[in-house]
This record gives sequence, structure tokens and C-alpha cells, in this order.
Amino acid sequence: MKKRILVFCEQRDGEIANVSLELLGIATQLASTSNQEVCAMIGGYNISNLPKTLVEYGADIVYIADDKNLEHYLTEQYAQAISHIIKTCAPNIVLFPATSIGRDLAPRLSARLHTGLTADCTKLEVDEEGSLFMTRPAFGGNLFATIICPNHKPQMSTVRPGVMQKNQPDSNRKGEVIDVKVPFDGTKFAVKLVEEKIEKSTEPPIEGAKILVSVGRGMEKNIDQVREFADRIGGVVGCSRAVVDGGILPQCKQVGQTGKTVRPQLYLALGISGAVQHLAGMSDSEFIVAINKDKEATIFGIAQLGVVGDASAILPHLIKQIEMMK
Amino acid sequence: MKIAVCIKQVPKTTEIRIDPVTNTLIRDGIPSIINPDDKSALEVALRIKEQTGAEIHVVCMGPGQAEIALREALAMGADEAYLVTDRAFAGSDTLATSTIIADALKYVGFDYIIAGRQAIDGDTAQVGPQIAEHLGIPQITYCADFNYDKQNNVFKVKRQLEDRYQILSVAGPALFTVLSSSITPRYMNVADIIAQDDKELHILTYADLQCNTEHIGLKGSPTKVKSTFTKQYNSDKQLVDTTPEEAARIIAELLKAKHII
Repeated sequence: MKKRILVFCEQRDGEIANVSLELLGIATQLASTSNQEVCAMIGGYNISNLPKTLVEYGADIVYIADDKNLEHYLTEQYAQAISHIIKTCAPNIVLFPATSIGRDLAPRLSARLHTGLTADCTKLEVDEEGSLFMTRPAFGGNLFATIICPNHKPQMSTVRPGVMQKNQPDSNRKGEVIDVKVPFDGTKFAVKLVEEKIEKSTEPPIEGAKILVSVGRGMEKNIDQVREFADRIGGVVGCSRAVVDGGILPQCKQVGQTGKTVRPQLYLALGISGAVQHLAGMSDSEFIVAINKDKEATIFGIAQLGVVGDASAILPHLIKQIEMMK
Repeated sequence: MKIAVCIKQVPKTTEIRIDPVTNTLIRDGIPSIINPDDKSALEVALRIKEQTGAEIHVVCMGPGQAEIALREALAMGADEAYLVTDRAFAGSDTLATSTIIADALKYVGFDYIIAGRQAIDGDTAQVGPQIAEHLGIPQITYCADFNYDKQNNVFKVKRQLEDRYQILSVAGPALFTVLSSSITPRYMNVADIIAQDDKELHILTYADLQCNTEHIGLKGSPTKVKSTFTKQYNSDKQLVDTTPEEAARIIAELLKAKHII
């Protein structure tokens, strides 16, 4: 039997999270270099329509646990479902999204199964035998470490959203769907859900944006102008941590080690000095333009185009230039 | 009620720099602090103490110098402090660390455990849930707000997810992990700093905890660090220093060349 890579696919309100598809993408790559099978597991309630999509994006086998107990995310319910599926599937590798759900669940399971877990991986590689090499940032992005889990199975890791590439969906792809009946132990369900409230952000998300206009502390006062500029070039506004701490933009806009990982086609850094924590979240952008007053700013070390100057002084001219060129 | 708070002493990673010559971390002279999420965990516990008279026991695993972090916790208002330290613990990954701390928490005793979500040196957020599993108690991670219902002896907490929040209720024993962004810790006052000098730290070693040797230290760690490296950034770079008008023109040309405008 082939070794297996199992992906925990997150869904919220019946919608498959983008990161789940990204994980199927990297799982497909790893599987092809080491002759493994890609399995997906998905839990929820009334989600029977979801396995088809997971097959289209690369799953060979989908384990689905469709159960009222899994309607809302609760640690113990999901931990029971997944440890049951892991026992059935006997994977060599298990991948989880590094979201507030995956980062809650994966460590709980690593202790339950007594195996290793590597958090927030930004790169995964595999050798021919299926041993996993997991690379992750540490010390706030100053250092990268490659971690292995040689003597315990499954090898588990969480992977940051926005880092891996999805496969092109193929509607002709065939896969097996296995309906799993989880033998729940309800006596362990100690945490009760009182309320769940979705907080719809009015701000466009920075994940997946093709053009990101990111601002640092120096640009806080000009945020309206930044928005206008971003609108004109079809971009989305993001920021550094300082701007979130200053209460100017919400946390969902933050790029970096403690924020989101992005890799747009164009990243415009306005008044961002380039702390390593910030670079850890955007250094894989295809093209980086940076404007900063300090010509020694670290952001210039990774920018293809660096402009020494005051972004708030340059921006009005830039908007005018764009108007003229259109 | 007895609340155990888990803290870690960490280097202030925001001040860490890379030596450009040797390409290694410069750690000398970097101050050590209580990990920010853990300090907020302590703050939550202290607020519950004010409301209920709970006893706060702080547990920290680390080398001898971590005493400084525990002294700070005492000065903030913790009642007892435990340093979990032994050569046998060195080299532990998150799973091995959680095994040791879980054993320490069994030794200390608790009704509730509060920890930070994650530490700024590793950013894994794994040790909290792993401790809860070892102890066989429920966990609620990413907590942004706490309400203690004295009458029913339950906690109602707000768990913050990316696109939503959940209000969850649980009766002890349970473990919570706290987000520093939502809970600002108090400052120590001078009287408390002086008063904690008289308090004795409890030292817990391997001999006290009798951990399973198969599950601790470098040998008991499923994950191993294969290699470490610092990222090299190099690309075709152009740096211009000119007037705002000219700078705007250069950027606009680039946007045009990239078919963005």
C-alpha cells in the first residue's frame, strides 16, 4: 500500500477555506516526489457537497465526517473525529492549516497520538522514503529552522495560509469518498458553545490580493490618501504591526510574523522600515517597491525598486501621474 | 480557587539582529522578558483573584536566570512561584516541554490553568493544548475576554477566531490560552517589588516531578532541528533618491510597464 499524506481541510459555514486547497496543492507535490497518496479529511454538518471540490483540487481519497457534533468548531469533538480518521487512514504525514482552528487542534492531537508537530511551516519538502523536512521561521522571523520527525508517525505540521499554491481544479478528476461514522464519547464534551458570531469585515482581505499597498507608522495620517491610491491601481491596503497597534487599521490587515503571510504580484511598502517580523510575511512577493525616508532602511535590502523619500509627499504626485497616464 | 499560570522567559525578539558578517543571531545584550501573551495570562488571573480571592501560582520552566521572570510575576501579585529546572529537561521540543510542565502542574495543583497563546521566540502556540491533553482537561485557546460566573462556578470566555468569535462556557478544571492584544497587563508598583524579595521560590527538578524519562529532554523529543539558517535577500535592486515629482514619475512608469495602470 502506498504511504499517505492526510490534509485536514477546514470549512466554515459549509465553505471550504482557501488554505485547505493550498494544503492539497503542496500535498500533491509532496506525494508525487515520494509516491504517496493524497487523502483529505473534512468534518462538519450537512457538508456532503464538499468532497467533490476536494477531489477536484487533488485529493485521491476524502474522509468525510458529517455529524451534528461537528456543526461548530469545538476542540474535543473535532479531536475525536480526527484521531478516529487518523487511525483508519494510518497516514505518514498529516497537514493542518495554521489558523486559529488548526493551531488549536493539531497540538492537542500531537499529544493524544504522541507524535511530533511543527508549527507554521513556510516550506515543506520530502525525500523518496517520505520523510518530511519542515521549514519554519523562529525568533520573530530572524532565523529559519528545518525540522524533522524521524522516529514518530504521523509526521505532522501546520502550514501558514497564503504560502502554498493551489492546484488548478480538474472537474474530471476521480477520487474515493469514505463516509466516516465517528464513535463519539460525549462524556468528554466539557466545553459548551453559548454563542458564535460572524464578524464580517468591511475591509477587503489582504490574502490573495494581487497588488498590496502596505503602510507603516509614518503614513497613519495619510490613510485616506493611501486608500484612494490603492483604489486607483486596483490594490488592497495592508499595514505593519505598528499601524494595528496604533488602532488605525484592524488586525486582519497586518502583514508579518504575527499577522498574515502574503505574496502579491506587487507589494508597495510606504513608510515601512522592514523589521524582520514584517519581512517574514511579505518577502516572497513577486515585485517589491519601497518608499522610505531612511536610506539605510532594511526594506531596501529586498525591494527591487527603492525610493528614498517621504511617501506622504510622493503619493499626491503619484496619484496625479496615474490620472495623466490613464 | 487555585489558578496556575504558565509563563516563559523569552529574549525580546524585536531587538534581535543578524550579524551581517557571520550571518548568525546576535543574542548578547538582548534583554529577557516575560513573554507578552503569558504576562496577559497572569493579568487575567490577577483580575480573577481580585474578584474571587483565588490563589495564583506561577510556573516557569527554564534555566536559573528565569527566576527574574518569576520575581516579576510575584511583584505583579502572584502568590507562589515555581521554577521548573533541570539539566534533564534541556533540548525538549514542545511535546517534551508540555510533558514536563504538565507534571509540574500536577505537583502544584490547580482548578484552572491560564497560559499565553504563544511565545515570541518560537511562536508555536503548541505547549498549552499539549499540556491540556496530557492532563486530560478541556482547553480554550485564543481567549480575548473572561467572565467568571460565581454562582454556577463556570467561566464564560470569548474565543477570537479570524472571522468570528465564540462565547464558550466551561467548568473547571480547564486550561485557557490568552491573547495579549486584548488584555493589557498591569505595572508592578515599588512596594510590591520590595515585598516579593522576602518570598521564596519553589524549585522543581526532575527528582520532584519523576517525569517519564522516555518523554523528556532531547531524547524524548519527537521533533529534531536538522538545520538552521538566516534568510539571504538578494535581488536586482535599484535605489533612487530624488524629488517627490521625479520619484512619482519613476513609480508610475513602473506601474505602467507592469500593466497595472
